[in-house]
Formats: sequence, structure tokens, C-alpha cells
Amino acid sequence: MTDKDIHAQMYGRGGGTREQLTVPRADFRSYYGRAVLKPPVWEWKIAAYLFAGGLSAGSAMLAAGADLTGRTRLRRVSRVGALISILASMYFLAADLGRPERFHHMLRVAKPSSPMSVGTWILTAYGPGAGLAGVAELLPKWLRRTWIGRLLSRLARSAGVSAAVVAPGVASYTAVLLSQTAVPAWHEAHPYLAFGFTGSAAASGGGLGMLLAPVDEARPARRMAVAGAGLEVAASRLMERRLGLAAEAYTTGKAHRLRKWSEYLTVGGALGAVVAGRSRPAVAVSGLALLAGSALQRFGVFEAGVESTRDPKYVVVPQRERLDAGRPARG
Amino acid sequence: MSDNSFYGPLDDPAGDAGYSDHPPRVGFFTDTSVCIGCKACEVACKEWNGVPDDGFNLLGMSFDNTGMLGANTWRHVAFIEQPERPPVDLGMPGLGRPGDTTGAETRQDFRWLMSSDVCKHCTHAGCLDVCPTGALFRTEFGTVVVQQDICNGCGYCVSGCPYGVIERREGDGRAWKCTLCYDRLRDGLEPACAKACPTDSIQFGPLDELRERAAQRVEELHERGVPEARLYGHDPNDGVGGDGAFFLLLDEPEVYGLPPDPVVPTRDAGAMWKYAGMAASALVAAAVSAFVGRGKP
Repeated sequence: MTDKDIHAQMYGRGGGTREQLTVPRADFRSYYGRAVLKPPVWEWKIAAYLFAGGLSAGSAMLAAGADLTGRTRLRRVSRVGALISILASMYFLAADLGRPERFHHMLRVAKPSSPMSVGTWILTAYGPGAGLAGVAELLPKWLRRTWIGRLLSRLARSAGVSAAVVAPGVASYTAVLLSQTAVPAWHEAHPYLAFGFTGSAAASGGGLGMLLAPVDEARPARRMAVAGAGLEVAASRLMERRLGLAAEAYTTGKAHRLRKWSEYLTVGGALGAVVAGRSRPAVAVSGLALLAGSALQRFGVFEAGVESTRDPKYVVVPQRERLDAGRPARG
Repeated sequence: MSDNSFYGPLDDPAGDAGYSDHPPRVGFFTDTSVCIGCKACEVACKEWNGVPDDGFNLLGMSFDNTGMLGANTWRHVAFIEQPERPPVDLGMPGLGRPGDTTGAETRQDFRWLMSSDVCKHCTHAGCLDVCPTGALFRTEFGTVVVQQDICNGCGYCVSGCPYGVIERREGDGRAWKCTLCYDRLRDGLEPACAKACPTDSIQFGPLDELRERAAQRVEELHERGVPEARLYGHDPNDGVGGDGAFFLLLDEPEVYGLPPDPVVPTRDAGAMWKYAGMAASALVAAAVSAFVGRGKP
């Protein structure tokens, strides 16, 4: 091993890429270039949960609005969408545990310092309302005439509204869940992540309504989707500009590809929602694009976080800069 | 609970966690200047705690074949081979041949740093704050321990630790890390690694005493001409409120694989929830505005 190799090994990662870098390669010291942090143990299921939870929240809010304004077909698809996506969320969450059979241990404490504990209780408050409203829509005709059916139909509205009241919490707490970690790309992004996530929830909830509801009832879905898409893209763009070194995790590699496609699909879907007029296929395709854009956004954010734990520069460089500037973290 | 329960200096973490009558806070002072890299601490820890092997890997990193702390490595000895920095030439004329005055045994072209790393048992522990089941808890000794019968392997602690210490064990599904030999402490014994350390590089005791001893040791090394000696993790005013296990290092922390200025993620929890509340309000506004105005389609 030459001196230069040793230097490269002890002082950050050696070269090797020929791509043009806008920012000079960070020069820093590390232990054999190894990561300081552990990568998240979470897999694609958690990214899928972020999407499914947001979709459920957006749909539940849309369903409650449709219910209160007498749009029965938009109400029906949104309630069923909220039910199916919250069930998918539960599956993703439980399946990603190291010990799925101990899922209920989450319910033995309520711990404000843990966003996952707070989220557990938010989901516990949200699930029954969304579930009941969704089941009420799925009842077969013969059951509707029985006393159970009549009771469910009568409770559906209050159940749906209760879910809609908790839904903003479901859509936004996941940003705190990711941010309250030592993962640089998630932690540093905390002023922007929540807006990206709630925007994404509105875009996907609206997108589902556009995809499944008839055009003459889909207008609120389209308006909600456009507002959500705007919020999502604006938060995402602002984040990339303001994050400093951690922005690199979002603007390079796989995370960048996912987020680029997310932006194409979200902006395209939102434009479609505005200009598609009364064409059912055009509205449905725009809705599908919004759903896909929202999902890719979640996977992109997830991927950026994982990458920022693999490369020690995201940990060492900002902390070293703080120390060298005489501004260490002080309690 | 106090104002500094989640950030800032906190004298008595066990008391803050609700213990009214408890023993003094204990910890480790790892003086890496006397570490000889024997790995007795790694072995003693594995033997006492029944920690599975971490694989027979040849990592090509000097004598380090365990890599870093993890579910199956609760003590990790780092080996750093450094080319000696060239001595500063003062331009003074001399008569003797080079090296004559210092002796052959000191003529080395590199120095070898060794350091036994361990869970820091932070005053403000990111892993403990985020654990959603209560599996991680603060002991009466002020240390941080996982209750294995409670942990459901959610993995949140793994991402909550700013040092990359705690890890989920493959095939087991639960999170594992150093317990500071909680079982031994309760029987009045010192942890296995400290017991086994032949040079007293790993010192165990009440944290107050260790901090005093460490300050003296740094002063002594500075007097002896080792200006690069510095403490890491000893300061109750740092980003994690000070570590229960702190170190004397001979180079920057990142050279040993340690974060130079770690911060507990919980510090920013208030700001995060504030942003989440604003974003939730924006969502409500988007949903409400979708239905109001311009009547039915």
C-alpha cells in the first residue's frame, strides 16, 4: 500500500468518480472510510407505509368532505380507499418489525418523546373511524336491511368525520418519525419534510378520487390534488436548496432518480387535473400520475436517508465544521 | 422530569427518570493512551454476556477484524496506523548525527493508536427517547439498558443513536447493545471488560470520580509532552449532556470512527412537531378549500 492509498483511506474516501462535482469533494478524516452511523434497519415496507398512510389520510379527508356535500360516489371510493390503505399500512408496519408477534408492545406505553409511540396512538385514534366508514360502504345489499346494516350506515358519517379530524396527524407525524433520528438527511430536513409529506398525502388522496370517482363528482379531488402537489413540489425544491451538504443525499444517486420522476409525475398529474376538462380517461390518468408521484417521493426521501448513513461525510463534515468554527453543540 | 429532561446538562439522569433513592451514576473512563490492543475486553464481554460471534472476517484494517460496535460487538477495539508527521525543522545547527540524541528505539515512521469503544450510556440517550415500547430504560445506575422480553424489534433506536452503537441482531430481530453489565452492577461487581483490562485503560467507577481522574490524566500527559491528548464525551454541556462512558483520545474523534460533535436528535423534537402542526394545518386548508366556494360542479 502506498502512502497515498493510506492517506486516502484515513482521510475520507479516495477518488474514482469522473463526474463533475459542483461542490468540491469534502476532505475529512474517518476510520478507514467506514460509516459512523448504522443504516436504518427499515426496508421498502416503511417507505410503502409512508405512502399508504398518507394516502389513507388524504382519502379520509376527501371522503368526509364528499359526505358532507352530498357527493356519494366520491365518498364511496374515498372511504374504501382510506380503509384499504390503512390496512396496508398496518401490514407494512407490523411486517417490518424484528418480532412482528410483539406488535402490541407498542400499546403498553404512551411516550411523548417517541414519535413512533405518538404515531401508534394517532393511528389507534384514526383506525376505527376510517375502518367503520369504509366497512359501511362495502356492506352487501341484504345486510344493509338488517339492524346491523342500519346501525352502521347511521354511524358512518360520524366515524368518517372522526377519521378526517385525526387524518392531518396521520399525514404529518411521519415527518417527525423520520426527522427525530440521527440520520443526517432526515434530521436536517425537518423544517421541510412535514410539508412535503402532507402535500404528498393531499396529492395522493385527490389522485385516488380522480382515478375512481366519476368526473362530475371529482372536482374537489382535483382541487385538493393540485394544492397538495404544489405544496409537495415547493417543499421538495426548497429543501434541496437549503440543506447544505445533506442535500447531496437527495440530489445524487438513486434518491435523485426517484425524486426526479416523482416531480415529473406530480407536476404532470397536477397539470392534467387542471386542464383535463370532462374527459374521464384524462382525469383518471392524471390521478394515477399523482399517486405514482406521491409514492416515488416517499421512496426518494427514504433512500436519501439510508444513503446519508452509509457515507461518513454526512456525519463528520458538518460536525467538524461546527467545531472548527468554534460553535460546538452546547446544552 | 425537569427543564433539561431532553437536552442540556442534567446532574442526575436516574433521579430524572423517577428513582428516588439510587446509587451514584457509574460509567467508564477509557484511557486510550495505555490501550495495548489485546482485545481482552471484547473477549470478556462476549464470555460474560453470551454475545454471539461477529463472524470470522479479515477486514484489512490493521488488527481490527470486528469493524465497529453492533448487536454482536459490545466492545470494539479500533486500530489506527498513522504515518508520523514530519518533525518541525527549526533550522538550528547541530553537531550530532540524526537520531543520536534520542536513541534508536524512538525512531519510528508511524504511531499506532488503539482504542476500546463501547456504548456511551448518554445522559440524553437518543435510543431511549425514541423507543416506543419502553424496552429501553434508564437504570438506577444512570445507564441505558434494553429489556429483551419487551423489545419488538421496531429498529427506531438504531436510527436514534448518534454514535451508531445499537443494532438489531440478524435472526433474532431484537435490538442489542452494551448493558454496562447491569447484572454484575447489581451484585456489586465491576463490568467484565473493565475487570479484564490488563492496563487499566478501561476504568470503571462513579462518573464524578472518573471525570476528576480523567482531567488529572490529561494534564499529566500535556506536561509530559503529549499535547494531542484530549477528552471526548466528558462534558455535561455537550450535545448529549455528557456520556456515561467517555474517552481520552490522542487524535480527532473521527479518526477513531466517533462523531466529532454528536447531538441527541430529541433536541429538535419541539421544532419538528411545530413544523408538523403547520404542515397539518396546510393539509386541512387544502382539503377545506377543495370543497368551499363555487358551489357544486
